[in-house]
Amino acid sequence: MIAQLIVIAIGSAFINNVVLSQFLGICPFLGVSKKINTAAGMGSAVVFVITLASAVAGAIYKFILVPLDITYLQTIVFILVIAALVQFVEMFLKKKMKGLYQALGVYLPLITTNCAVLGVALTNVQKDYTILEGVINGFATAVGFLIAIVILAGLREKMEYNDIPKPFRGMPIVLLTACLMAIAFFGFSGLK
Amino acid sequence: MKKCFERLYNGLLKENPTFVLMLGMCPTLAVTTSAINGVGMGLTTTAVLIMSNIIISMLRKVIPDGVRIPAFIVVIASFVTITELLLKAYIPSLYDSLGLYIPLIVVNCIILGRAESYASKNNMIYSAFDGLGMGLGFTLGLTCIGIVRELIGNGTVFNFAVMPESYEPLTIFILAPGAFLVLAFLVAIMNAIKLAKGRDTGITGDCDKLCRACPNKGCAGKMTERRNAE
Repeated sequence: MIAQLIVIAIGSAFINNVVLSQFLGICPFLGVSKKINTAAGMGSAVVFVITLASAVAGAIYKFILVPLDITYLQTIVFILVIAALVQFVEMFLKKKMKGLYQALGVYLPLITTNCAVLGVALTNVQKDYTILEGVINGFATAVGFLIAIVILAGLREKMEYNDIPKPFRGMPIVLLTACLMAIAFFGFSGLK
Repeated sequence: MKKCFERLYNGLLKENPTFVLMLGMCPTLAVTTSAINGVGMGLTTTAVLIMSNIIISMLRKVIPDGVRIPAFIVVIASFVTITELLLKAYIPSLYDSLGLYIPLIVVNCIILGRAESYASKNNMIYSAFDGLGMGLGFTLGLTCIGIVRELIGNGTVFNFAVMPESYEPLTIFILAPGAFLVLAFLVAIMNAIKLAKGRDTGITGDCDKLCRACPNKGCAGKMTERRNAE
């Protein structure tokens, strides 16, 4: 049981890294990775929301959609649950946990359009994970996102001082960096 | 009529979602392992985009302003579900190769972006053409990337062998890193053309602001910026 959970966790965090091999959550990965601080903030907010969303979506799927036999509505239900959840988390943090809100608050609205959240909820259903396995998978996937975005931000901070050919400034050089990172993460597929 | 063509031109070239606006990057990178997948994904998105633009434009006076984003999401998610079921029934091969990325069309920010910035303010005909233009622009972008990746990574284009027998395919191009590499070079070529014509590439170089205020940010940033501006 524990061993199986560890296999799921390592698989989703490294081998099938959500950004570098599944291409989910590319927008924040490219957009919010200029500084290590902001990248870490975005990454932690994603860890928080994805873990919560996989628990809620898993429970709704198992206890509402399956008994009523309306699983074909999963996409609509999941996206609404995620949007509502993000709103709710934002309001809750604003009222009750000021410190955490100041650290994560600005990133929360960005997460509704992060396809990794919906992607994880759908993968959990597709792979027939139990709710616990789903939460572990969600958490590990989000940690994979955190690792990738913080590494990219570190590299981009160093690149600020480099003399990059003009057409490659901005997005192209970031994509090239992501390409090299993807090659490096490809090495993890040997772990299987 | 003139305005309809203007919308098509706008989506295909002037504001091409892939190369100019850099929107919807997740499917762009993920499904372009072959040209045919790029076309399939592009046309699926186009169908959803046209239908959601039409419905949202028809409902634009009914939907209250405060709940418009959730309302748009429900409309889009419904069309995505319909499209997913149709693909599963009639084109199962495409359904299998696109997999998870079909339901994820819901969070493709091109669609929500067009609903928010165009369809909710304009009439049905123009919105339909706007959706068609943007969708075809997206298809064009995906097909270009797909052709390059398939040609180098597999030696074929649309499954027809075009490279000589002796060509050794560079498989990395159809694996994950190849997606980043091809897109990087295509955007760099676009930038080089813009620089040669003396136009601004939108690159600011040095920036110490928060990233959400940056012109080079991804679509998530563009969404919130618009919401904050209102």
